[in-house]
Amino acid sequence: MVHGMTIRGKAYIVGVYEHPGRELPDLNIPQIHAEVASGALADAGLGFGDVDAYLCAGDAPGFGPLSMIEYMGLKCSYVDSTETGGSSYVCHVGHAASAIAAGKCQVALITLAGKPRTGGGQPGAARGPGGPESNFEFSWGLSGPVGGYALAAQRHMHEFGTTSAQLAEIKVAASLHAQHNPNAFLRRPVTVDEVLDSPIVSSPLHRQDCCVVTDGGGALVVVSPEVARDLPRRGAKILGHGEAPKHTDNGRIDLTHTGAVWSGPRALEEAGISLGDIDYVSIYDSFTITVLMTLEDLGFCEKGRGGDFVRDGTLVAPHGKLPFNTDGGGLCNNHPANRGGMTKVLEAVRQLRGEAHPAVQVPDCTIAMAHGTGGNLATRMGSATLVLGTEDA
Amino acid sequence: MTTSNPTGPLPASAPHPNPDDAPFWEAAAEDRLVLPRCTSCGTFIWYPRTFCPECRKIGVDWVEASGRGVVYSFTVTHRGAGPWAEHAPYVIAYVELDEGPRVMTNIVDVDPDRVRIGDRVTAVFQPAGDTKVLRFRPGG
Repeated sequence: MVHGMTIRGKAYIVGVYEHPGRELPDLNIPQIHAEVASGALADAGLGFGDVDAYLCAGDAPGFGPLSMIEYMGLKCSYVDSTETGGSSYVCHVGHAASAIAAGKCQVALITLAGKPRTGGGQPGAARGPGGPESNFEFSWGLSGPVGGYALAAQRHMHEFGTTSAQLAEIKVAASLHAQHNPNAFLRRPVTVDEVLDSPIVSSPLHRQDCCVVTDGGGALVVVSPEVARDLPRRGAKILGHGEAPKHTDNGRIDLTHTGAVWSGPRALEEAGISLGDIDYVSIYDSFTITVLMTLEDLGFCEKGRGGDFVRDGTLVAPHGKLPFNTDGGGLCNNHPANRGGMTKVLEAVRQLRGEAHPAVQVPDCTIAMAHGTGGNLATRMGSATLVLGTEDA
Repeated sequence: MTTSNPTGPLPASAPHPNPDDAPFWEAAAEDRLVLPRCTSCGTFIWYPRTFCPECRKIGVDWVEASGRGVVYSFTVTHRGAGPWAEHAPYVIAYVELDEGPRVMTNIVDVDPDRVRIGDRVTAVFQPAGDTKVLRFRPGG
């Protein structure tokens, strides 16, 4: 990193909004984008007329940002449609902060919306036809993303002795959090045995190792320090961001590592903090194995020891060693548009504002990390890590 | 013995050969596995293409490969979509070819419950449109 060229403290997340719906048959996708945009701007104390930058990913319909900027009547001097699957929105926060730091814009709006549950939504572009790799990946009966994540889980178990019961601990922790979230799609706490007794979808992953499929959306508003200063509510200071695409590396596929091994250290270096400073983490949880490998790759435990790390309530808020996904995460709460990066940032901001549910609010939460994963775990994937702090962090 | 294809061969989407990979599909139609090897640096390239991601030069030779390898990872899929539904459970795997690359494929002619990482496997070609796709069966 070039010294002096950092986003640390150059921008703030001042507005967040998560659509309360999980089944939205009567809304179309542009309407959901606009509803969550309204919600996040209202949360910030700003209006559509204040927005001068718009960021979205592949879930935005039509011509993407051009269609949605038109639909919402925005006037923008900056636009970004970075598409790295579910990690996109974590990238967007870093990109918005960079643009604000460079003086390109002052108020950036980021939106996500989709309807995979009731139809009309894009399934997500992680494995679309027409790629140069497509001829070699479309004939094997992959049914959605679960197969690719199962392949990674099987290899992790083989190399490190990770067990299904250890993976189940991650779902259990998420379910304990979700019971306090009135909007969560699955609110009932589950046990390790219940996860193990759920049907195998793609071995070794059970149904309850998989995230929910929900309609919905979310939005963020990122602003300059000058704008943040005059707003009525406290926001979250952006301290650091890192991103790292990972690919199949000319056939040297390594199924046991994600791009978090690179994005995490980049974000920490920019933030000027170490892992021990982190009070709360949002970790993308498309599947339980996603969380386990990400925790290892971010450095919270040694590679291969994730199974031990997640036992004994490590991830359970408020008093576990590393409270995670206190909204219930994608495993229980919400996974709008099949893309979980947005909700990861939303809950991290709630924690820093002290506005998580009291039962799961981490005491004195000062530093939070949000990590997004996109695409196919460990093979062709996006990774993005964000470090956030309270306003005086 | 239960096999992964009790209802006949697994479905296979017809590939769309293009200037990057046409020689692969021409050989596959004749039950031969060929791999592109960089003309400049000699590295095998996977997935097949004419641009070498190692030395970033354009140009490959198509080299006959052994068709043998080991299972690097696998998953037994219990819920297939569309034409795959009636074939579940079936095995999706990465096979590490003896030439090096790890390739996505199916393991066929096998009891899915008996597949293990490290199993030796051998190429088998199964019809897909005007050509065939590369799958593997136990042995070799």
